Amino acid sequence: MLHRLTISQLTERLVRRDVSAREALAACLGQIERVDGQVKAFLSIDRADAEAQAGAADRELAAGITPAEKPLLGVPIALKDVLCHRGQPVGCASRILEGYISPYDATVVSKLQAAGAVVFGRLNMDEFAMGSSTENSAYWTTLNPWDTTRIPGGSSGGCAAAVASNEAFATIGSDTGGSIRQPAALCGCVGFKPTYGRVSRYGLVAFASSLDQIGPFTKDVRDAATLLGVISGHDRRDSTSLPEPVPDYRAALTGDSLKGLRIGVVKEFQIGGLDPGVDLAVKAAIANLEGLGAEIVEVSLPHSDYAAATYYIIAPAEASANLARFDGIRYGLRVDGPDPFELNCRTRGAGFGAEVKRRIILGTSVLSSGYHDAFYLRAQKVRTLIRKDFLDAFGKVDAIVSPTAPTAAFRVGEKSSDPLQMYLSDIFTISCNLAGICGLSMPCGFTGSPRLPVGLQLLGRPFGEETILRIAHAYEQATGWHREIAPLG
Amino acid sequence: MSDFNIHYVARLARIALTPEEERTLGAQLDPILGYIAKLKEVDVAGVEPTAHAFPLVNVMRPDVVEPSLTQEEVLRNAPAHAGGLFIVPKIVD
Repeated sequence: MLHRLTISQLTERLVRRDVSAREALAACLGQIERVDGQVKAFLSIDRADAEAQAGAADRELAAGITPAEKPLLGVPIALKDVLCHRGQPVGCASRILEGYISPYDATVVSKLQAAGAVVFGRLNMDEFAMGSSTENSAYWTTLNPWDTTRIPGGSSGGCAAAVASNEAFATIGSDTGGSIRQPAALCGCVGFKPTYGRVSRYGLVAFASSLDQIGPFTKDVRDAATLLGVISGHDRRDSTSLPEPVPDYRAALTGDSLKGLRIGVVKEFQIGGLDPGVDLAVKAAIANLEGLGAEIVEVSLPHSDYAAATYYIIAPAEASANLARFDGIRYGLRVDGPDPFELNCRTRGAGFGAEVKRRIILGTSVLSSGYHDAFYLRAQKVRTLIRKDFLDAFGKVDAIVSPTAPTAAFRVGEKSSDPLQMYLSDIFTISCNLAGICGLSMPCGFTGSPRLPVGLQLLGRPFGEETILRIAHAYEQATGWHREIAPLG
Repeated sequence: MSDFNIHYVARLARIALTPEEERTLGAQLDPILGYIAKLKEVDVAGVEPTAHAFPLVNVMRPDVVEPSLTQEEVLRNAPAHAGGLFIVPKIVD
């Protein structure tokens, strides 16, 4: 049952030399062999490379290197197919990048490896991180380890499903409008989206550069704190990363009392359409937080109703510019044409899937002459108001609590033909990215029948990671939902 | 965007669409364009636009030559290259 350990449990046993890094990796690969035929989280795995890394970790463990020096020494961690890992494929689950090999490491990958992690495997996702179910992957849909007739959420669905099925001790994904928190909620694991600028985006294939942020999926809150500490920090290769010192996030996990903390519930989030099972679990969680000593206060985010519209202007606009690089000239797929223009059009027509085309075309329209001011510029102004709403609220409370998603995991195919409905499944997560604040999702119970995980979202101030980790840890210790294991776990 | 012309915008975005795709994508974009138009209700008079949540200005690095990818590494992922160059269709007759 080695594969079911958390990182902190595994690390203890690695240090005692009860298990080796090679055994830890073998436990993951064994679990993948058992269940990934059903879950389908991994796009590819380079076993030889992973085994070489694990061997190197074992030599360091034998030489007496400690977790204090390398906090992830010998811990197998897998990556969303959007992060560059030198010598490995990076495809964003898109045909247009089929066969592309990363010429360099993303900064998060360098940091994971410097911390001793065994970085292995490419995890499925919605193509170019556009989607909420992994149904937009060019390869296949990943399935939920709690119920394989259902989606795992998205876009980082492979990351969440891999952690929930114990195929990896942790995974790293990206969150542009909820792509870490929503799948973490739907698969019943912890997903953390750091403050914009907290983690370097160097080597992350860009979707919407003013919203994208990298973060971890873990089995518990302590592991999230460990990973956040490893991957955070300023990077001169990402001019939007912020030169803030990185605290010891594990030191924030102080104990069980939340006395003195004020936690906000959002007036505008009390909307219809919330699944009754989700509503029940989240209300119980809020009562738990109050029982732990937190003061629950109602706050208002008056522009909440405009967040989705703002997001679906800004994100596609930025995507249309970022994805212009896939031109069939320098890398990736090429479909030949009589001139470069036709080559571009044919390559992009053949290489991008329907959702990516939809968003590029949407983004191109809102930026086009005559529409730029009415749509894009207006959305940037509404973004200012949304951000101000949050900063005002954080003048009154230390954190905000809400459901992560309005429903539990939905069935494969249930929303895939109605893009607007799919977009609205991110209603509680997108404003966090627009405001640039931090947020996490953690397990807070289950719906009745079928029994599916429910996610609790905690949002924190810019660089308020420690506060939401402290709250999440106290809640987790008091309730123990993280100990539930998926049928395919 | 009642005059939204998917054929025109797809050419701007350099994406070749089949007539079938034009119909489906056009039909799916209609309600989305209607939905995002709700921002017209918001009073944004005097509000400054936000491009990034934490605007940093003039982020510079020292003007020093550093190692970068080799030409071979850069060309490794190219669909067609020769003599250290990317091969493209003829541009000028």
